[in-house]
Amino acid sequence: MSFATVFFALLFYAATAILLIGVGMRIVQYARAPAPLKIPTTPAPTTRSGVALRMASEVVFFHSLFKANKWIWILGWAFHLGLLLVLLRHLRYFTEPVWTWVVLIQPFGIYAGFAMLAGLLGLWARRLFVERIRYISSPSDHLMLILLIAIAASGLAMKYIWHTDITAVKMYFLGLMRFEFHPLPTEPLLMVHLLLVALLMIIFPISKLLHAPGLFFSPTRNQADDSRERRHVTWVSAAEKPAAQTER
Amino acid sequence: MADFETPEVKEYLEIPALKQGVMSHSKPFVSKEQFQEPLGFPGELVENWQQVAVDKLGELLKTNRGLRVFMDSCVKCGACTDKCHYFLGTSDPRNMPVARQDLLRGVYRRYHTLPGKLFPKLVGAMDLTEEVLDQWYSYFHQCSECRRCSVYCPYGIDTAEVTMATRDIMNAVGKGQKYSNEIIGKAFKIGNNLGLPEHALADTLEGLEEEVKEDTGVDVRYPLDEKGAEVLLVTPSADFFAEPHVDGLIGYGKVFHQAGISWTLSSHASEAANFGVFIGSMENMKRIAMRIREAALDLGVKRIVFGECGHAWRVAYSFLNTLAGPFDFLDPRYPVPQHICEVTYDLIQRGALTLDKSANDHRRVTFHDSCNVARASRMGDIPGGQFVIPREIIKAVCNHYYDMAPDTIGEATYCCGGGGGLLTDDLMELRVKGALPRMQALREVTEENGVTHLAAICAICKSQFSKVLPYYGFQMDQIVSVHQLVSDAIVMAPRQ
Repeated sequence: MSFATVFFALLFYAATAILLIGVGMRIVQYARAPAPLKIPTTPAPTTRSGVALRMASEVVFFHSLFKANKWIWILGWAFHLGLLLVLLRHLRYFTEPVWTWVVLIQPFGIYAGFAMLAGLLGLWARRLFVERIRYISSPSDHLMLILLIAIAASGLAMKYIWHTDITAVKMYFLGLMRFEFHPLPTEPLLMVHLLLVALLMIIFPISKLLHAPGLFFSPTRNQADDSRERRHVTWVSAAEKPAAQTER
Repeated sequence: MADFETPEVKEYLEIPALKQGVMSHSKPFVSKEQFQEPLGFPGELVENWQQVAVDKLGELLKTNRGLRVFMDSCVKCGACTDKCHYFLGTSDPRNMPVARQDLLRGVYRRYHTLPGKLFPKLVGAMDLTEEVLDQWYSYFHQCSECRRCSVYCPYGIDTAEVTMATRDIMNAVGKGQKYSNEIIGKAFKIGNNLGLPEHALADTLEGLEEEVKEDTGVDVRYPLDEKGAEVLLVTPSADFFAEPHVDGLIGYGKVFHQAGISWTLSSHASEAANFGVFIGSMENMKRIAMRIREAALDLGVKRIVFGECGHAWRVAYSFLNTLAGPFDFLDPRYPVPQHICEVTYDLIQRGALTLDKSANDHRRVTFHDSCNVARASRMGDIPGGQFVIPREIIKAVCNHYYDMAPDTIGEATYCCGGGGGLLTDDLMELRVKGALPRMQALREVTEENGVTHLAAICAICKSQFSKVLPYYGFQMDQIVSVHQLVSDAIVMAPRQ
């Protein structure tokens, strides 16, 4: 077994554990913190099903962002949708036989890779050249974009320029899922691609990537506007005492 | 008149080039021991204030889900950067919502996250120094908690919540704001923000009755502490004498009179405003809110109705049930609480009021959506009712109504520039500059539609506009109460 085979095996086991446990712990923190008051940004839906629709329009279409700024919206949406398709396309490296719908989306996954890259480059250009956005950017904000751009670019480069033995890569990851070690090809570009993906997984739970689970817990978006009909009390304040004794 | 320049109103509202630090001098007067103590806050900056602040932040993160999620979720996309009226009016980049939040987020990252502890520079984390505390004090008093940015944030991050949390932390270390805290003290001690004692209130209301009798020849009552009345009216204390607020109060009285609804004010809860929300203090907000419950029980009323006040309506509509509920002792056929506009609108719909629109023919009116009504509450049964109902009332009493530009009203409304505990003379520069986007929109309808009056349903908006309108070449009396328009149009024939 080569060094690379063992190193990446351990790295991906560790990265997966950090990603799942880290994000899981964050979600527990979000869920356990009480929302003391009703603060939906109104106009807001008055029912739970309305809230589900509002949330869906945020998650799927980035509705609020659409209202805010069409440039950021189209770039951000192209990036996220591209990323989603690329991730789904990668499922073929983790399934045998490959599911039919994963086979069907393969060509779209390629276009998505370019859309993702274009979106990322556009977002980075805005971060560099729009004065207001440059002002609010920390080094980590630039680095995060560079990381994602490098992942997308190295992936596309393997598809179009410096090919790798993709069957061996698939054997390797199928093996990892059964705790079996198969040899990993050692093309430099593949090493870079895998290293950066593992890095992304590791920093996910301690970075702004937490916006993904965060959105679902955002009280301005996930609360129904029903404060007059339903008395809002959190499990914490309910455990203390009612706000007022019910006189008479 | 002042040592600053009023911004120029141009053809279109421009996104300004950044001018770093131009508003860092803007700070309200710091509170003193006598104003801090009644609210349960230290009288001056405590010795180990850094530790106290970091601990307080930690406590808030555990007890306020919104704050926790908002601290983590921002990706610095920039969607909010051109949405704040204070940024648009001052050009100071710290007034971009995300940059304001980052004053707290940087400290959060430094003391409460791993990357911030290990690599502070990399992730924009910063030590809580005296300088940072100073910036907090300056820029978290340049946010009117209007929530306009939260409409546009893809994660719904609400800068108002961040401002409230930071003000709460500043109060915990003994660096409070005089204006808000002094006023809260008055609400505790006397029952209203203006410190108007019971007998003065009674005199004022008696004066109003005489005035209305003189005007209309009808005996309209403005009752105080009348047990057994059907409705308890809770209204901002500015309504008792400030212009144009009092003309609104006269209007509420006429509506109740014509509808035959018995009502009363309370000297115990003679204030709808609740500045506890501005300083992010649940305890103080609750103490003020409880006075309303106590008054309702004491007077044995069946309904609670709120007068025209923006943040008061937020606290009433969104929080009152949580803070002072349950209100199962009131008449279940009515929502608790109700807005005076809901009451008037229902009466108009039922044809219970006789209105003579032509009484307002000398006015061409537009409506300013107040931020807390627009983005933090509702009226009526359907989402967005808070935009429909006041407009329908105005259209029922005026022949000439024109909306301002669509991106400046409704959920996109611009703050008047004086909300969120900033309506104080020591922040005059901020208030004038922050009014720019609204003044821009007003100028447009003035030129295009000949609008002469700006109607509002918020005591703070009304006071702010009477003060800043002249800076922009308008007249201070161009701001009117919605119920002032109702008052002028309502036909007061003696009831049969």
